Amino acid sequence: MEKEIAGSMSTSATDNYLTHSRGLKSWLFTLDHKRIGVMYLVSIMTALAVGGFLAMLIRVELAAPGPTIMGNNSLLGSDPAAGKDIYNQIFTLHGAVMIFLFIIPGVPAALGNFVLPVMLGAKDVAFPRLNLVSYYLWVIGAAFFLLVLVSGGLDTGWTLYAPYSTSTDTRVLSAGLGVFILGFSSIFTGLNFIATVHTLRPPGMTWFKMPLFVWALYATAVIQVLATPVLGITVLLLAAELLFKVGIFDPALGGDPVLFQHFFWFYSHPAVYIMILPAMGIISETISVFSRKHIFGYKFIALSSVAIALLGFLVWGHHMFISGQSPLASMIFSALTFSVSIPSAIKVFNWLATMYKGSIQLDTPMCYALSFILLFGIGGLTGLFLGALSVDVILHDTYFVVAHFHYTMMGGTLVAFLAGLHYWWPKITGRMFNNRLGQIAALMVFLSFNLTFFPQFLLGTRGMPRRYFDYSDLSKLDSSFTLLNLHSSVGAFLLGGAMVLTLSYLVHSLFRGRPAPANPWGGNSLEWHCSSPPPHDNFASPPAVGDPYDFTGLEYDPDLGGYVPRRRSVPAPETQPVP
Amino acid sequence: MTAPGAIAPTLSTASGWLLGQAGESFWLPPPDSTLAGAVDPVFYFILWVSVFFFGLITLLMVLFLVRFRRRAGIGPTPSPSHNTPLEVTWSVIPLILVILIFYFGFTGYMDMRVPPREAYEIHVVAQRWQWMFKYPNGHVDENLHVPVDQAVRLIMQSKDVIHSLFIPDFRVKMDVVPGRYTKTWFQAKEPGQHLLLCTEYCGTGHSDMSATVFVHAAGKFEKWLADAGKFMEDLPPAERGELLYRRHGCQGCHSADGTAKTGPSFQGIFGQTHAFTNAPPTQVDENYIRESILEPSAKVRQGYSDKMNSYKGSLNDEEIADLIEFIKSLK
Repeated sequence: MEKEIAGSMSTSATDNYLTHSRGLKSWLFTLDHKRIGVMYLVSIMTALAVGGFLAMLIRVELAAPGPTIMGNNSLLGSDPAAGKDIYNQIFTLHGAVMIFLFIIPGVPAALGNFVLPVMLGAKDVAFPRLNLVSYYLWVIGAAFFLLVLVSGGLDTGWTLYAPYSTSTDTRVLSAGLGVFILGFSSIFTGLNFIATVHTLRPPGMTWFKMPLFVWALYATAVIQVLATPVLGITVLLLAAELLFKVGIFDPALGGDPVLFQHFFWFYSHPAVYIMILPAMGIISETISVFSRKHIFGYKFIALSSVAIALLGFLVWGHHMFISGQSPLASMIFSALTFSVSIPSAIKVFNWLATMYKGSIQLDTPMCYALSFILLFGIGGLTGLFLGALSVDVILHDTYFVVAHFHYTMMGGTLVAFLAGLHYWWPKITGRMFNNRLGQIAALMVFLSFNLTFFPQFLLGTRGMPRRYFDYSDLSKLDSSFTLLNLHSSVGAFLLGGAMVLTLSYLVHSLFRGRPAPANPWGGNSLEWHCSSPPPHDNFASPPAVGDPYDFTGLEYDPDLGGYVPRRRSVPAPETQPVP
Repeated sequence: MTAPGAIAPTLSTASGWLLGQAGESFWLPPPDSTLAGAVDPVFYFILWVSVFFFGLITLLMVLFLVRFRRRAGIGPTPSPSHNTPLEVTWSVIPLILVILIFYFGFTGYMDMRVPPREAYEIHVVAQRWQWMFKYPNGHVDENLHVPVDQAVRLIMQSKDVIHSLFIPDFRVKMDVVPGRYTKTWFQAKEPGQHLLLCTEYCGTGHSDMSATVFVHAAGKFEKWLADAGKFMEDLPPAERGELLYRRHGCQGCHSADGTAKTGPSFQGIFGQTHAFTNAPPTQVDENYIRESILEPSAKVRQGYSDKMNSYKGSLNDEEIADLIEFIKSLK
């Protein structure tokens, strides 16, 4: 085994997937999962920047009550009514871009695409051509969103609730078509990952020897394949109503608006787990590696991903406690919702137990992982308020909900994405980034995130509804609404600054970064057994498989700046060296 | 969020943070209806549970970071990566807690959803971007007036898209869905004024769709209602028309001062000749206004879209005549 590892590690980095072939065409038509992963990475980070820019506009508008930048100038609406319409379009596009173009494909399609086959010791995913199709479907879907942006906007909220969406003048059909196409991108990625995990594992890697990130991607893929078609169907029904006046959702045509909510959340609640499960997978990897400890409760974490994926299908009605749905249905959905909270809570305890008696190194990925535990902790705990029926009545559709899902989606998924991006950055690019700047940026993200979103919990409990252009009515009675909104806006700009800092040192590392060793952090899953960046085919022959969380066979080599297999002469790894 | 005159500063003492005593608290609006008893104690119970667990997680994390920080020459100490009694414990304790939270939330919710038998009924009609409250004597008002210490049931319908009626101080929120009736109820504890908001996104004027709740002292409500019903009769037609213009939500889309909103302004239009997207140019006269109220899609003014609901059935002939007089008076 060690000979094999040593052999692959000594491979010179001259021929790798980046240098394997040259020219634009070799990228655009590539079937290499690593290059597709990199193209996804660049694309979704562009979407993140667009969504982030829209978020900044929202926060400037809400920094003070009344119109601030919208509705009083020639650029963003010359009269108050136009300003309100522009605000409504901006928050709609912020949500749609962030969810459909960034968070859903973020971890699986970008990082997962790059890492999954390497973690399995495979040369590629099961269907490389389908993988490229998924990417271009994403591009086409994104193009439709761009079309919406330039051709009249969309003002329905990302939820597209009927009958608002069937009565607005904005571009519901283009946006719906975009969502439909993006849905297929997601389904194809899911299918590909399921097939890859089933068929391309190397000899010796049984299900319970897979890294937890693979488990997480597998559970995610199952949801993608089973839930996303429902989104496609919903969008088609909406289109049928818009084009042919078939009465499905609009009561004026004989439809039922609450039916739309059932259809929509039947996809969109499981989609929440498409967003968070892969993020949890990244955290399991990083916490273990940077604590130099075997992950605690491996089997539980693996199976809980599957349990969350399945239970996640049964809780959609908790978005509808005050929609007019029957109290019996609400009661059942509330009970099922609480059942999902248990596996999530236990995962957090498992991560903490992994750190116990470890040897914890606070490198950038670990900083983000710890930040994830705290932010996702708040996101999860505030979910208890929303799952409890009577408390949800006052919090539903207020800023409490906005704060809650930003803590889970942004504090959870985006922070985990940043953990994963920094963790695999040396592997993807072959360069080390500035770790000190990375730690500073991670701390800035954590502090400014809390400054942005914690005040929104208070705004919500005190009664500020979401999707509000103007909160003058509230702040006239209670000036704290102005103060809390201002805090939130200041935090958003600091958060934006932290993201710009992150982008700068990452881009800088591409040109000036120290060449990365094969295994800079001391991971033992298979991606750390090939060179950085990996060669075109990843592995010459299927690598030998061990326990991905057993780090006793590795030791730090200061000359290399990374970890290498422990030499045989060293005493048995169980006994610790005397200080 | 009480009456504009009597605002207690919401940032109250630090004890309000977690304890949530009666009155203004750090987290929640004042508990001014009997339903607060179904919500506030559950809220504070969950808050305590959350603060405890978040504190525990943070404490352990910081402790481990300090104690097990990597030091030169010292590796990780071998320790088991699995411990059944420990794992069962940290599964069962949260399970018991969430069962409790579920139970408290559920019983509170049932109290909020089931009104007492002897409730006073008010019909609510929501449309973009105006609330209308209809009383048993036929009076229609743009604000909600209720008696103190009496259960009030709201029977709600929407004319266009989904809205949601939210009175933070009363702990009341319920969606108002087109094509069906939804119901909610509350019982106000003190005379005073409260804010009523729309919490389901409904387009341009969503954040303007608010109203005031007036809670009348014992015995005063009946007098208010009788006066309000008669008040209209004594006014000249144009002034009656102006009240109708406010109460039936015309002002949501049509200004009286020349500002363009979702629909054209009413100022100075009487006698003008307008161009239409689907009809030949027509002069604004009594018949045109009547048609526009009853069949808004018949003539759609150039530069505007066909968005208005018909008022057939909700305005009678005298009311339409009053509105025409009001529009004539806007020079």
